[in-house]
Amino acid sequence: MVNAVLGGVLIGFAVSIMMLFNGRVTGISGILSGLVRPVRFDIDWRISFVSGLLIGGIALLFYRPEVFVQESSALWGDYIFSGLLVGFGTLLGNGCTSGHGVCGISRMSVRSLVATMTFIIFGMLSVFVFKMVRGSL
Amino acid sequence: MKNLISLVVGFIFAIGLGLSGMTQVQVVRGFLDITGHWSMNLLGVMAGAISIHGILFFVINKRSKPILDTKFHLPTKKNLDSHLLIGAALFGIGWGWTGICPGPGLVATVSGNINIIIFIISMIVGMAIFKFFEPKIRK
Repeated sequence: MVNAVLGGVLIGFAVSIMMLFNGRVTGISGILSGLVRPVRFDIDWRISFVSGLLIGGIALLFYRPEVFVQESSALWGDYIFSGLLVGFGTLLGNGCTSGHGVCGISRMSVRSLVATMTFIIFGMLSVFVFKMVRGSL
Repeated sequence: MKNLISLVVGFIFAIGLGLSGMTQVQVVRGFLDITGHWSMNLLGVMAGAISIHGILFFVINKRSKPILDTKFHLPTKKNLDSHLLIGAALFGIGWGWTGICPGPGLVATVSGNINIIIFIISMIVGMAIFKFFEPKIRK
């Protein structure tokens, strides 16, 4: 739990740096969607951000490989279903856990608060149904 | 310079996600699994991040503009609409089903886990499908 809060504090500083220097909300789905259908002069900072995420991932892989150990009974078809819904849903709802859950709630945005409560409740329902159908997570 | 900032922010963000356990599906689903061994890690991450950005955002927003740009790019919509609610619900269902959301998913692709890679490709396809239908959806 201490690590969770500390990790969160790092994320809080990261999104604050983005706002202070670039004036941008650090919403991962939003940043990524700008690369799915690129608009001229609005690409390079997005690529840089995603590169930073991946380089961070590589650093973790070297120094903390245990953070990538996954325990799940989900099958490859589950990941397709899940990915399609996450991709479509985050663009329709204008954000994901970072854009709404962290940045939006910090700005005291009502839209983000409602979106966050909605995806957490439906996430809980989804886990519940998954467990019912498969017997375990 | 903007690109360097984005790169550094991405890097710190990834380390934060990794240290907090968010790159592991069992930790994320552990929070969503209220009928199992409930783990509060995800709440801890959000509390940590919001307590920092919740203060710093309002300090930063007192400026007339960011350091490297001419204006702040903030969302302008204020009203609750069906797109927001349906989108968040669909995202929530997808998120809970495997325990992956966009940030942790991207970070975890470097581990080479085939399921995570399948997720990311499907997510990009889902985004492309939305972009294709966007003119009809948003009209």
